[in-house]
Amino acid sequence: MRTRLAFLLSGMAVAMMQLAFAQDGSMSLPKTVEAGNAFTIQSTGSGKATLYIIGLGQVLKRNVQLGEATFFPAGSLYNAGHYLVVFAGDSSTESDSFDVVPASKPADLSFLAKPSRLPVGLHDGITGAVYVFDAYHNLIAAPTPVSFELSNPSGTVQKRVVVTREGAAWAGMDSTARQGMDRFVARIGEISSARVVGQVPGDPCGLKMNARQSGQQVQLVTDPVRDCNGNAVPDGTIVTFTEAYNGGQSTVDVPLKHGIAEVQMASHNGATISVASGVVLGNQIRWEK
Amino acid sequence: MLKSLLILCAFFTATSGIASAQAAVRVEPPNLQGPRPLPEQTGTAAIRDYLQSWQSLRAAFEQNRADLLDPDFVGTARDKLTDTIQQQVNLGIRTHYQDRAHDLQIVFYSPEGLSIELTDKVEYDVKVLDHERVKTIQHLSARYVIVLTPAEVRWRVRVFQAAPE
Repeated sequence: MRTRLAFLLSGMAVAMMQLAFAQDGSMSLPKTVEAGNAFTIQSTGSGKATLYIIGLGQVLKRNVQLGEATFFPAGSLYNAGHYLVVFAGDSSTESDSFDVVPASKPADLSFLAKPSRLPVGLHDGITGAVYVFDAYHNLIAAPTPVSFELSNPSGTVQKRVVVTREGAAWAGMDSTARQGMDRFVARIGEISSARVVGQVPGDPCGLKMNARQSGQQVQLVTDPVRDCNGNAVPDGTIVTFTEAYNGGQSTVDVPLKHGIAEVQMASHNGATISVASGVVLGNQIRWEK
Repeated sequence: MLKSLLILCAFFTATSGIASAQAAVRVEPPNLQGPRPLPEQTGTAAIRDYLQSWQSLRAAFEQNRADLLDPDFVGTARDKLTDTIQQQVNLGIRTHYQDRAHDLQIVFYSPEGLSIELTDKVEYDVKVLDHERVKTIQHLSARYVIVLTPAEVRWRVRVFQAAPE
Protein backbone atom coordinates (compact mmCIF):
# COMPACT_ATOMS: atom_id res chain seq x y z
CA MET A 1 0.00 0.00 0.00
CA ARG A 2 2.81 2.39 0.95
CA THR A 3 4.62 1.65 -2.28
CA ARG A 4 1.51 2.22 -4.36
CA LEU A 5 0.79 5.53 -2.58
CA ALA A 6 4.36 6.69 -3.17
CA PHE A 7 4.06 5.86 -6.83
CA LEU A 8 0.74 7.70 -7.04
CA LEU A 9 1.99 10.90 -5.40
CA SER A 10 5.22 10.93 -7.37
CA GLY A 11 3.23 10.22 -10.50
CA MET A 12 0.96 13.22 -9.98
CA ALA A 13 3.93 15.55 -9.62
CA VAL A 14 5.65 14.15 -12.67
CA ALA A 15 2.44 14.20 -14.72
CA MET A 16 2.25 17.99 -14.29
CA MET A 17 5.71 18.30 -15.83
CA GLN A 18 4.85 15.91 -18.64
CA LEU A 19 1.70 17.82 -19.49
CA ALA A 20 3.74 20.98 -19.92
CA PHE A 21 6.13 19.21 -22.28
CA ALA A 22 3.37 17.60 -24.32
CA GLN A 23 2.19 21.01 -25.39
CA ASP A 24 5.49 21.46 -27.19
CA GLY A 25 5.14 18.33 -29.31
CA SER A 26 6.56 14.86 -29.16
CA MET A 27 9.92 13.26 -29.73
CA SER A 28 10.73 11.13 -32.71
CA LEU A 29 12.53 7.87 -32.13
CA PRO A 30 12.82 4.51 -33.85
CA LYS A 31 10.43 1.78 -32.76
CA THR A 32 13.25 -0.75 -32.70
CA VAL A 33 17.03 -0.53 -32.93
CA GLU A 34 19.26 -3.47 -33.69
CA ALA A 35 21.76 -4.10 -30.93
CA GLY A 36 24.97 -2.19 -31.54
CA ASN A 37 23.61 -0.03 -34.37
CA ALA A 38 23.71 3.74 -34.44
CA PHE A 39 20.44 5.61 -33.99
CA THR A 40 19.06 9.10 -33.54
CA ILE A 41 16.41 10.56 -31.27
CA GLN A 42 14.82 13.82 -32.34
CA SER A 43 13.43 16.02 -29.60
CA THR A 44 11.06 18.96 -29.91
CA GLY A 45 10.79 22.23 -28.05
CA SER A 46 13.63 24.46 -27.00
CA GLY A 47 16.07 24.91 -24.18
CA LYS A 48 18.34 22.52 -22.39
CA ALA A 49 17.27 19.13 -21.13
CA THR A 50 18.65 15.83 -19.97
CA LEU A 51 18.01 12.75 -22.04
CA TYR A 52 17.74 9.46 -20.20
CA ILE A 53 17.59 6.04 -21.81
CA ILE A 54 16.61 3.63 -19.09
CA GLY A 55 16.41 -0.12 -19.26
CA LEU A 56 17.36 -3.20 -17.31
CA GLY A 57 20.08 -3.84 -19.87
CA GLN A 58 21.69 -0.40 -19.97
CA VAL A 59 21.30 3.15 -18.73
CA LEU A 60 22.44 6.22 -20.70
CA LYS A 61 22.28 9.91 -19.87
CA ARG A 62 23.07 12.91 -22.12
CA ASN A 63 22.78 16.66 -21.83
CA VAL A 64 20.91 17.79 -24.93
CA GLN A 65 19.51 20.83 -26.61
CA LEU A 66 15.77 20.41 -27.20
CA GLY A 67 14.72 20.64 -30.82
CA GLU A 68 17.90 18.99 -32.00
CA ALA A 69 18.62 15.42 -32.92
CA THR A 70 20.74 13.39 -30.52
CA PHE A 71 22.95 10.90 -32.30
CA PHE A 72 24.05 7.68 -30.66
CA PRO A 73 26.95 6.08 -32.49
CA ALA A 74 27.26 2.36 -33.15
CA GLY A 75 27.91 0.40 -30.00
CA SER A 76 26.02 2.80 -27.71
CA LEU A 77 23.14 0.43 -27.00
CA TYR A 78 23.97 -3.25 -27.33
CA ASN A 79 21.86 -5.11 -24.78
CA ALA A 80 18.49 -6.19 -26.13
CA GLY A 81 15.53 -5.02 -24.13
CA HIS A 82 12.76 -2.51 -23.67
CA TYR A 83 14.02 1.03 -23.03
CA LEU A 84 12.34 4.08 -21.64
CA VAL A 85 13.38 7.39 -23.20
CA VAL A 86 12.95 10.52 -21.09
CA PHE A 87 13.66 14.14 -21.99
CA ALA A 88 13.70 16.08 -18.74
CA GLY A 89 13.87 19.84 -18.99
CA ASP A 90 13.70 22.43 -16.25
CA SER A 91 9.93 22.52 -16.27
CA SER A 92 8.85 19.72 -18.53
CA THR A 93 9.36 16.03 -19.15
CA GLU A 94 8.54 13.86 -22.11
CA SER A 95 8.90 10.12 -22.38
CA ASP A 96 8.44 7.27 -24.80
CA SER A 97 9.85 3.79 -25.20
CA PHE A 98 11.45 1.59 -27.81
CA ASP A 99 13.05 -1.83 -28.14
CA VAL A 100 16.61 -2.87 -28.79
CA VAL A 101 16.46 -6.17 -30.65
CA PRO A 102 19.26 -8.72 -30.96
CA ALA A 103 21.59 -8.43 -33.93
CA SER A 104 20.34 -10.65 -36.72
CA LYS A 105 23.67 -12.42 -37.19
CA PRO A 106 24.33 -15.29 -34.78
CA ALA A 107 27.74 -15.16 -33.14
CA ASP A 108 27.61 -17.76 -30.41
CA LEU A 109 25.90 -21.05 -29.65
CA SER A 110 25.34 -22.41 -26.21
CA PHE A 111 25.36 -26.14 -26.95
CA LEU A 112 24.75 -28.88 -24.44
CA ALA A 113 25.03 -32.50 -25.55
CA LYS A 114 24.13 -35.44 -23.35
CA PRO A 115 25.30 -37.98 -22.46
CA SER A 116 29.05 -37.80 -22.95
CA ARG A 117 29.27 -41.61 -23.07
CA LEU A 118 26.67 -44.20 -23.98
CA PRO A 119 26.30 -47.72 -25.42
CA VAL A 120 26.09 -48.26 -29.16
CA GLY A 121 22.77 -48.77 -30.92
CA LEU A 122 20.44 -46.60 -28.82
CA HIS A 123 17.60 -44.84 -30.65
CA ASP A 124 17.53 -41.12 -29.78
CA GLY A 125 20.14 -41.90 -27.14
CA ILE A 126 22.02 -38.64 -27.73
CA THR A 127 20.38 -35.23 -27.39
CA GLY A 128 21.71 -31.78 -28.06
CA ALA A 129 20.12 -28.47 -27.14
CA VAL A 130 21.25 -25.03 -28.28
CA TYR A 131 20.50 -21.44 -27.50
CA VAL A 132 21.53 -18.93 -30.17
CA PHE A 133 23.16 -15.61 -29.25
CA ASP A 134 24.41 -12.57 -31.11
CA ALA A 135 27.80 -10.92 -30.62
CA TYR A 136 26.51 -9.05 -27.55
CA HIS A 137 25.21 -12.26 -26.02
CA ASN A 138 21.60 -11.35 -26.67
CA LEU A 139 19.35 -14.37 -27.24
CA ILE A 140 18.20 -14.33 -30.87
CA ALA A 141 14.51 -15.12 -30.62
CA ALA A 142 13.82 -14.94 -34.37
CA PRO A 143 13.47 -18.41 -35.99
CA THR A 144 16.92 -19.56 -37.07
CA PRO A 145 17.81 -22.92 -38.66
CA VAL A 146 20.38 -24.90 -36.70
CA SER A 147 22.17 -27.89 -38.19
CA PHE A 148 22.98 -30.80 -35.87
CA GLU A 149 25.51 -33.36 -37.13
CA LEU A 150 26.73 -36.51 -35.43
CA SER A 151 29.64 -38.19 -37.16
CA ASN A 152 31.71 -41.20 -36.15
CA PRO A 153 35.22 -42.22 -37.19
CA SER A 154 33.87 -44.68 -39.76
CA GLY A 155 32.36 -41.76 -41.67
CA THR A 156 28.69 -42.29 -40.82
CA VAL A 157 26.91 -38.95 -40.44
CA GLN A 158 23.49 -38.22 -39.03
CA LYS A 159 22.18 -34.76 -39.77
CA ARG A 160 19.10 -32.85 -38.66
CA VAL A 161 18.15 -29.24 -39.31
CA VAL A 162 15.93 -27.70 -36.68
CA VAL A 163 14.52 -24.16 -36.63
CA THR A 164 14.81 -22.40 -33.29
CA ARG A 165 11.79 -21.28 -31.39
CA GLU A 166 12.33 -18.45 -28.91
CA GLY A 167 16.06 -18.89 -29.47
CA ALA A 168 16.17 -22.58 -28.57
CA ALA A 169 16.35 -25.81 -30.57
CA TRP A 170 17.10 -29.43 -29.84
CA ALA A 171 17.70 -32.68 -31.71
CA GLY A 172 17.90 -36.35 -30.83
CA MET A 173 20.41 -38.68 -32.48
CA ASP A 174 20.86 -42.45 -32.51
CA SER A 175 24.09 -43.86 -31.21
CA THR A 176 25.64 -45.81 -34.06
CA ALA A 177 26.54 -49.50 -34.24
CA ARG A 178 30.29 -48.95 -33.91
CA GLN A 179 32.13 -47.98 -30.78
CA GLY A 180 34.38 -44.94 -30.84
CA MET A 181 34.47 -41.22 -30.22
CA ASP A 182 31.77 -39.43 -32.18
CA ARG A 183 31.74 -35.73 -32.93
CA PHE A 184 28.47 -33.89 -32.30
CA VAL A 185 28.34 -30.47 -33.92
CA ALA A 186 25.71 -27.73 -33.83
CA ARG A 187 26.15 -25.20 -36.59
CA ILE A 188 24.60 -21.99 -37.91
CA GLY A 189 26.44 -20.75 -40.95
CA GLU A 190 30.06 -20.33 -39.94
CA ILE A 191 29.32 -20.54 -36.23
CA SER A 192 29.64 -23.97 -34.74
CA SER A 193 30.12 -25.70 -31.45
CA ALA A 194 31.31 -29.30 -31.10
CA ARG A 195 31.14 -31.94 -28.41
CA VAL A 196 32.64 -35.41 -28.26
CA VAL A 197 30.37 -38.31 -27.42
CA GLY A 198 31.95 -41.64 -26.53
CA GLN A 199 30.11 -44.68 -27.81
CA VAL A 200 31.01 -47.82 -25.92
CA PRO A 201 30.06 -51.43 -26.63
CA GLY A 202 26.72 -52.63 -25.36
CA ASP A 203 26.07 -55.68 -23.22
CA PRO A 204 27.72 -58.96 -24.27
CA CYS A 205 25.78 -60.89 -26.85
CA GLY A 206 25.96 -64.65 -27.52
CA LEU A 207 28.24 -65.26 -24.54
CA LYS A 208 29.78 -68.70 -24.94
CA MET A 209 32.35 -70.75 -23.00
CA ASN A 210 34.20 -73.98 -23.64
CA ALA A 211 35.45 -76.48 -21.05
CA ARG A 212 38.31 -78.95 -21.00
CA GLN A 213 40.05 -81.09 -18.42
CA SER A 214 43.23 -79.58 -16.98
CA GLY A 215 44.81 -81.93 -14.49
CA GLN A 216 42.38 -82.36 -11.61
CA GLN A 217 40.47 -79.24 -12.62
CA VAL A 218 38.25 -78.05 -15.41
CA GLN A 219 39.54 -75.19 -17.58
CA LEU A 220 36.77 -72.76 -18.67
CA VAL A 221 37.41 -70.25 -21.46
CA THR A 222 34.97 -67.94 -23.18
CA ASP A 223 34.98 -67.09 -26.85
CA PRO A 224 35.94 -63.46 -27.52
CA VAL A 225 33.17 -61.49 -25.85
CA ARG A 226 31.36 -59.05 -28.15
CA ASP A 227 28.16 -57.03 -28.11
CA CYS A 228 25.32 -57.64 -30.54
CA ASN A 229 26.94 -55.27 -33.07
CA GLY A 230 30.25 -57.10 -33.01
CA ASN A 231 32.12 -54.56 -30.88
CA ALA A 232 34.58 -56.09 -28.44
CA VAL A 233 33.37 -55.74 -24.88
CA PRO A 234 36.12 -53.88 -22.95
CA ASP A 235 38.65 -55.69 -20.80
CA GLY A 236 37.77 -55.53 -17.15
CA THR A 237 34.12 -56.39 -17.73
CA ILE A 238 33.23 -59.04 -15.19
CA VAL A 239 32.22 -62.53 -16.33
CA THR A 240 30.76 -64.88 -13.74
CA PHE A 241 31.27 -68.65 -13.87
CA THR A 242 28.99 -70.77 -11.69
CA GLU A 243 29.42 -74.49 -11.03
CA ALA A 244 26.60 -76.43 -9.34
CA TYR A 245 27.18 -79.95 -8.07
CA ASN A 246 25.67 -82.33 -5.48
CA GLY A 247 23.62 -79.54 -3.94
CA GLY A 248 26.66 -77.26 -3.66
CA GLN A 249 27.66 -74.23 -5.74
CA SER A 250 30.89 -72.38 -6.56
CA THR A 251 31.01 -68.97 -8.19
CA VAL A 252 34.02 -67.16 -9.63
CA ASP A 253 34.04 -63.57 -11.02
CA VAL A 254 36.68 -63.04 -13.68
CA PRO A 255 37.50 -59.78 -15.52
CA LEU A 256 37.87 -59.96 -19.26
CA LYS A 257 41.49 -59.92 -20.37
CA HIS A 258 42.42 -59.62 -24.04
CA GLY A 259 38.73 -60.02 -24.85
CA ILE A 260 38.19 -63.34 -23.12
CA ALA A 261 37.64 -64.68 -19.60
CA GLU A 262 39.18 -67.87 -18.34
CA VAL A 263 39.32 -69.71 -15.06
CA GLN A 264 40.03 -73.14 -13.56
CA MET A 265 37.44 -74.64 -11.24
CA ALA A 266 37.29 -77.88 -9.32
CA SER A 267 36.24 -80.75 -11.51
CA HIS A 268 33.07 -82.47 -10.24
CA ASN A 269 31.58 -85.20 -12.32
CA GLY A 270 28.01 -84.33 -13.34
CA ALA A 271 28.38 -80.66 -12.40
CA THR A 272 26.42 -78.01 -14.26
CA ILE A 273 28.57 -75.02 -15.24
CA SER A 274 27.08 -71.73 -16.48
CA VAL A 275 28.49 -68.38 -17.55
CA ALA A 276 27.00 -64.88 -17.34
CA SER A 277 27.98 -61.22 -17.55
CA GLY A 278 25.74 -58.78 -15.77
CA VAL A 279 22.19 -59.63 -16.76
CA VAL A 280 23.31 -61.53 -19.86
CA LEU A 281 23.30 -65.32 -19.58
CA GLY A 282 25.63 -67.43 -21.67
CA ASN A 283 25.65 -71.12 -22.38
CA GLN A 284 25.52 -73.98 -19.87
CA ILE A 285 27.68 -77.13 -19.82
CA ARG A 286 27.09 -80.45 -18.04
CA TRP A 287 30.57 -81.63 -17.09
CA GLU A 288 31.41 -85.33 -17.37
CA LYS A 289 34.95 -86.41 -16.67
CA MET B 1 -2.89 -30.88 -18.92
CA LEU B 2 -6.00 -29.23 -17.48
CA LYS B 3 -5.18 -30.68 -14.10
CA SER B 4 -1.70 -29.34 -14.43
CA LEU B 5 -2.95 -25.86 -15.29
CA LEU B 6 -5.37 -25.85 -12.38
CA ILE B 7 -2.64 -26.85 -10.00
CA LEU B 8 -0.33 -24.15 -11.29
CA CYS B 9 -3.06 -21.50 -11.12
CA ALA B 10 -3.93 -22.57 -7.59
CA PHE B 11 -0.28 -22.43 -6.65
CA PHE B 12 0.15 -18.93 -7.94
CA THR B 13 -3.00 -17.68 -6.34
CA ALA B 14 -1.49 -18.87 -3.11
CA THR B 15 2.07 -17.76 -3.67
CA SER B 16 1.68 -14.56 -5.62
CA GLY B 17 1.48 -12.83 -2.26
CA ILE B 18 4.92 -14.16 -1.43
CA ALA B 19 6.59 -13.73 -4.76
CA SER B 20 5.38 -10.25 -5.57
CA ALA B 21 3.11 -8.31 -3.26
CA GLN B 22 0.97 -6.68 -5.90
CA ALA B 23 1.62 -8.45 -9.15
CA ALA B 24 -1.16 -10.45 -10.73
CA VAL B 25 0.16 -13.73 -12.05
CA ARG B 26 -1.35 -15.77 -14.83
CA VAL B 27 0.20 -19.02 -15.99
CA GLU B 28 -0.65 -20.39 -19.41
CA PRO B 29 -0.43 -24.14 -20.01
CA PRO B 30 3.08 -25.09 -21.13
CA ASN B 31 3.69 -25.03 -24.87
CA LEU B 32 6.74 -27.21 -24.88
CA GLN B 33 9.14 -28.23 -27.57
CA GLY B 34 11.40 -31.08 -26.65
CA PRO B 35 11.08 -34.75 -25.77
CA ARG B 36 11.24 -34.44 -22.04
CA PRO B 37 7.97 -34.18 -20.12
CA LEU B 38 7.90 -31.38 -17.61
CA PRO B 39 6.98 -32.58 -14.13
CA GLU B 40 4.44 -30.32 -12.46
CA GLN B 41 6.69 -29.82 -9.48
CA THR B 42 9.54 -28.69 -11.71
CA GLY B 43 7.43 -26.19 -13.64
CA THR B 44 5.96 -24.82 -10.45
CA ALA B 45 9.39 -24.41 -8.85
CA ALA B 46 10.84 -22.69 -11.90
CA ILE B 47 8.01 -20.15 -12.07
CA ARG B 48 8.10 -19.54 -8.33
CA ASP B 49 11.86 -18.90 -8.47
CA TYR B 50 11.50 -16.63 -11.50
CA LEU B 51 8.84 -14.52 -9.79
CA GLN B 52 11.06 -14.23 -6.75
CA SER B 53 13.83 -12.94 -8.99
CA TRP B 54 11.76 -9.82 -9.64
CA GLN B 55 11.97 -9.03 -5.94
CA SER B 56 15.74 -9.13 -5.87
CA LEU B 57 15.87 -7.23 -9.17
CA ARG B 58 13.67 -4.50 -7.72
CA ALA B 59 15.74 -4.23 -4.56
CA ALA B 60 19.03 -4.28 -6.44
CA PHE B 61 18.04 -1.48 -8.83
CA GLU B 62 16.40 0.62 -6.15
CA GLN B 63 19.41 0.40 -3.84
CA ASN B 64 22.02 0.20 -6.61
CA ARG B 65 23.36 -2.97 -5.02
CA ALA B 66 24.31 -5.63 -7.53
CA ASP B 67 25.03 -8.16 -4.78
CA LEU B 68 21.29 -8.45 -4.17
CA LEU B 69 21.00 -10.17 -7.55
CA ASP B 70 23.18 -13.09 -6.52
CA PRO B 71 20.55 -15.46 -5.12
CA ASP B 72 18.40 -15.33 -8.25
CA PHE B 73 20.57 -14.44 -11.25
CA VAL B 74 23.55 -16.14 -12.78
CA GLY B 75 25.72 -15.93 -15.88
CA THR B 76 24.82 -13.48 -18.60
CA ALA B 77 21.72 -12.16 -16.87
CA ARG B 78 23.60 -11.33 -13.70
CA ASP B 79 26.51 -9.81 -15.61
CA LYS B 80 24.27 -7.53 -17.66
CA LEU B 81 22.13 -6.43 -14.73
CA THR B 82 25.27 -5.80 -12.67
CA ASP B 83 26.69 -3.63 -15.44
CA THR B 84 23.44 -1.66 -15.61
CA ILE B 85 23.49 -1.03 -11.87
CA GLN B 86 27.08 0.16 -12.15
CA GLN B 87 26.02 2.56 -14.92
CA GLN B 88 23.27 3.87 -12.64
CA VAL B 89 25.80 4.43 -9.87
CA ASN B 90 28.15 6.28 -12.22
CA LEU B 91 25.34 8.52 -13.47
CA GLY B 92 23.72 9.18 -10.09
CA ILE B 93 20.55 7.41 -11.17
CA ARG B 94 18.29 5.05 -9.29
CA THR B 95 15.33 3.20 -10.74
CA HIS B 96 12.41 1.60 -8.99
CA TYR B 97 10.78 -1.25 -10.86
CA GLN B 98 7.42 -2.51 -9.66
CA ASP B 99 5.97 -5.48 -11.49
CA ARG B 100 2.19 -5.29 -11.78
CA ALA B 101 1.22 -8.31 -13.85
CA HIS B 102 2.83 -11.42 -15.27
CA ASP B 103 1.44 -13.65 -18.01
CA LEU B 104 3.74 -16.65 -18.08
CA GLN B 105 4.24 -19.66 -20.26
CA ILE B 106 6.92 -22.35 -20.25
CA VAL B 107 8.06 -22.89 -23.84
CA PHE B 108 11.14 -25.12 -23.62
CA TYR B 109 12.43 -27.80 -21.29
CA SER B 110 15.77 -29.01 -22.59
CA PRO B 111 16.15 -32.77 -23.14
CA GLU B 112 18.76 -33.20 -20.44
CA GLY B 113 16.67 -31.21 -17.96
CA LEU B 114 19.25 -28.49 -17.42
CA SER B 115 17.33 -25.47 -18.67
CA ILE B 116 13.80 -24.15 -18.79
CA GLU B 117 12.71 -21.28 -21.01
CA LEU B 118 9.74 -19.06 -20.20
CA THR B 119 8.02 -16.16 -21.83
CA ASP B 120 6.43 -13.50 -19.68
CA LYS B 121 4.25 -10.60 -20.73
CA VAL B 122 5.05 -8.23 -17.91
CA GLU B 123 3.37 -5.02 -16.96
CA TYR B 124 5.46 -2.89 -14.67
CA ASP B 125 6.01 0.61 -13.41
CA VAL B 126 9.36 2.27 -13.46
CA LYS B 127 10.31 5.34 -11.49
CA VAL B 128 13.50 7.16 -12.48
CA LEU B 129 15.40 9.25 -9.97
CA ASP B 130 18.42 11.38 -10.81
CA HIS B 131 20.32 12.42 -7.70
CA GLU B 132 17.20 11.60 -5.69
CA ARG B 133 14.93 13.79 -7.83
CA VAL B 134 12.08 11.94 -9.49
CA LYS B 135 12.31 12.44 -13.24
CA THR B 136 9.45 10.28 -14.44
CA ILE B 137 7.17 7.42 -13.56
CA GLN B 138 5.96 5.28 -16.40
CA HIS B 139 3.79 2.23 -16.81
CA LEU B 140 5.36 -0.11 -19.34
CA SER B 141 4.67 -3.51 -20.76
CA ALA B 142 7.13 -5.84 -22.40
CA ARG B 143 7.46 -9.44 -23.37
CA TYR B 144 10.37 -11.11 -21.66
CA VAL B 145 12.19 -14.28 -22.62
CA ILE B 146 13.79 -15.99 -19.67
CA VAL B 147 16.10 -18.99 -19.45
CA LEU B 148 16.49 -20.64 -16.07
CA THR B 149 19.10 -23.16 -15.05
CA PRO B 150 19.18 -25.23 -11.89
CA ALA B 151 21.46 -24.36 -8.99
CA GLU B 152 21.83 -26.30 -5.75
CA VAL B 153 18.34 -25.77 -4.41
CA ARG B 154 16.59 -23.48 -6.87
CA TRP B 155 16.27 -22.31 -10.45
CA ARG B 156 18.27 -19.19 -11.29
CA VAL B 157 17.77 -16.77 -14.16
CA ARG B 158 20.53 -17.08 -16.77
CA VAL B 159 18.96 -15.15 -19.66
CA PHE B 160 16.59 -12.24 -19.00
CA GLN B 161 15.69 -10.23 -22.03
CA ALA B 162 12.78 -8.14 -23.21
CA ALA B 163 11.65 -8.56 -26.81
CA PRO B 164 9.14 -6.59 -28.89
CA GLU B 165 5.58 -7.76 -28.26
